[in-house]
Amino acid sequence: MTDDDLILNCENVVVDYDGFKALNNCNFSVHYNELRVVIGPNGAGKTTLLDVICGKTRPASGKVLFDKGINLVGKNAEDITKLGIGRKFQAPSVYGNLSVWQNLDLSVKRSSRGVFSNLVGKSSSAERERISEVLKTIGLTDHAHDRAGSLSHGQKQWLEIGMVILQEPSLLLVDEPVAGMSDKETEQTGQLLTRLSEQQAIVVIEHDMDFVRQIARIVTVLAEGTVICEGTVEKVQADDHVREIYLGRAKVTH
Amino acid sequence: MPEPVVTRQGSRETVVFYVVGVLFLIVVPLLNVVPDEESWMHISDFRLNQFGKFLAFAILALGLDLIWGYCGVLSMGQGVFFGLGAYCMGMYLALQIGKESVYGSELPDFMVWTQVKELPLFWYPFKSFLGGFFGAILVPVLFATIFGFLAFRSRIKGVYFAIITQALAFAAWLVFNRNETRLGGTNGLTDFKQLLGFRLSDPSTQRGLYILTVLALAASYLLCRWIVASRAGNVLIAIRDSESRVTFSGYTPWMYKLFVFVVAAGLAGLAGMLYVPQVGIITPAQIGVLPSLEVVIWVAVGGRGTLIGAILGAVAVNYGRSVLTNYFPEAWPFILGGLFVVVVTMFPDGLVGMIRKLTDRKQTHRPLIKVEGGTTA
Repeated sequence: MTDDDLILNCENVVVDYDGFKALNNCNFSVHYNELRVVIGPNGAGKTTLLDVICGKTRPASGKVLFDKGINLVGKNAEDITKLGIGRKFQAPSVYGNLSVWQNLDLSVKRSSRGVFSNLVGKSSSAERERISEVLKTIGLTDHAHDRAGSLSHGQKQWLEIGMVILQEPSLLLVDEPVAGMSDKETEQTGQLLTRLSEQQAIVVIEHDMDFVRQIARIVTVLAEGTVICEGTVEKVQADDHVREIYLGRAKVTH
Repeated sequence: MPEPVVTRQGSRETVVFYVVGVLFLIVVPLLNVVPDEESWMHISDFRLNQFGKFLAFAILALGLDLIWGYCGVLSMGQGVFFGLGAYCMGMYLALQIGKESVYGSELPDFMVWTQVKELPLFWYPFKSFLGGFFGAILVPVLFATIFGFLAFRSRIKGVYFAIITQALAFAAWLVFNRNETRLGGTNGLTDFKQLLGFRLSDPSTQRGLYILTVLALAASYLLCRWIVASRAGNVLIAIRDSESRVTFSGYTPWMYKLFVFVVAAGLAGLAGMLYVPQVGIITPAQIGVLPSLEVVIWVAVGGRGTLIGAILGAVAVNYGRSVLTNYFPEAWPFILGGLFVVVVTMFPDGLVGMIRKLTDRKQTHRPLIKVEGGTTA
């Protein structure tokens, strides 16, 4: 495959926290419409990788090329969001004092995010329909007018996923989406992500290996800030190096 | 299909708005004019004038509520913008005194005794009413735009912003106190005689000013309500809840903060402009750190994040002051401080929150301030 097929290509990314290299010459690429799962032990740099892509953290060196070669390094988070990268955070992060509907309404992709257009702008009926659709998808139709802060942990996770969906990103970054979810919710989330990946590229960070097996086609294993292995779940699980540093440890903790 | 939230709270607020609006706009002035002075229903000229002052303060409080209550940015310098508005109108009024002044000079009295021979250049625009009127709004707006741009652009937030605005209030107080500022120094501007030809000592002029203040407050309230009901208003609440998340929804928080800060400054200027002719004096004591802090207390007592709360707080605290300083003049600062502590610790939603709790058992949609823990970033 050529680089033209890549929606995201991180080259030699280094993130240095006062001498600690959270990412160390990390090379990571994702194809269009791919669902990629990133796993790795704690402190491997998974969340830092997403932070670099979405503009929250600035790398010390390296390039992050998005879409047709736009370098994201140095751009701020708002602009990266507008380019079409959506982020769902690890701890559910929704606007607690707004209703579920308002949370989603703020997230709908629109031509302007400026003050004045949002003072006068009303949601179009197409936008409202879209929000209702997403409400149904994330199972929160009955809670549309509840304060988002009053939702359960799992519902907040879903709401945040819904918000990101409405941003219509071409690349979706999802950090531990099933933390705190029941088995049934986990499975539904897996189905949702699989369905979404038909239209957009998705990078998922996850610890839950059952969930990884459910959704993953290709898994990237990160350790100490670099990619140490990439391939199908079977291949990754068979890899000696991976077993040593990741699965081995996981077995001990289970 | 679910529609955007129109809550019962919203429609209830509309009813309250009309009832209270009619009361203050029509009933109160009528009670001033119609009943006999001996009658228990009579509202004296003094009381009416006092209400006018309180309602001007309510406009100031609305502005702070917008930036603090909704957007979560505590400004402890609203008194500065109030002062700028008040001084602009005060300069116009001072120049209207003309030959009626103590020294019979065209120059304001303080210039005579500080030996200023010619009107300083920056006073010239205030020779006309329009200069005073537009100056009172535009000077605070311009100042807030520059100050806000510098502060918000450099991502100064939370307690740092509060401290910087407090420093601003202190600096403004120092500047206005200096005789060299040519604004009357410690004594400020006073002894005004007329406004557009109307004698300020005339009760009917004061009644007119009172009615103008009610109308200005109503317009300010509607403006604020329009802002908070818009999607931009939701962005403000979102910034308060989780500013970092807002950037990942594609919004630029500092632009929204700057916008409300400027609106709040404009409202403060409007309040100052209405205050001066009704109270008849503006001095640096009205614009320093303490008056700026008092606005914070009004809003906290009334209920942050509810526009009605800001108005209620401003009127209630000031009315309380006028009554209590009669009986316990020395104790007032302690009462005010104690009130603030009690409200903040026990009734974080203020008077409005208490009223809602009493009248509405069911959970409401309309958010009051709830601090959410655990935001990412």
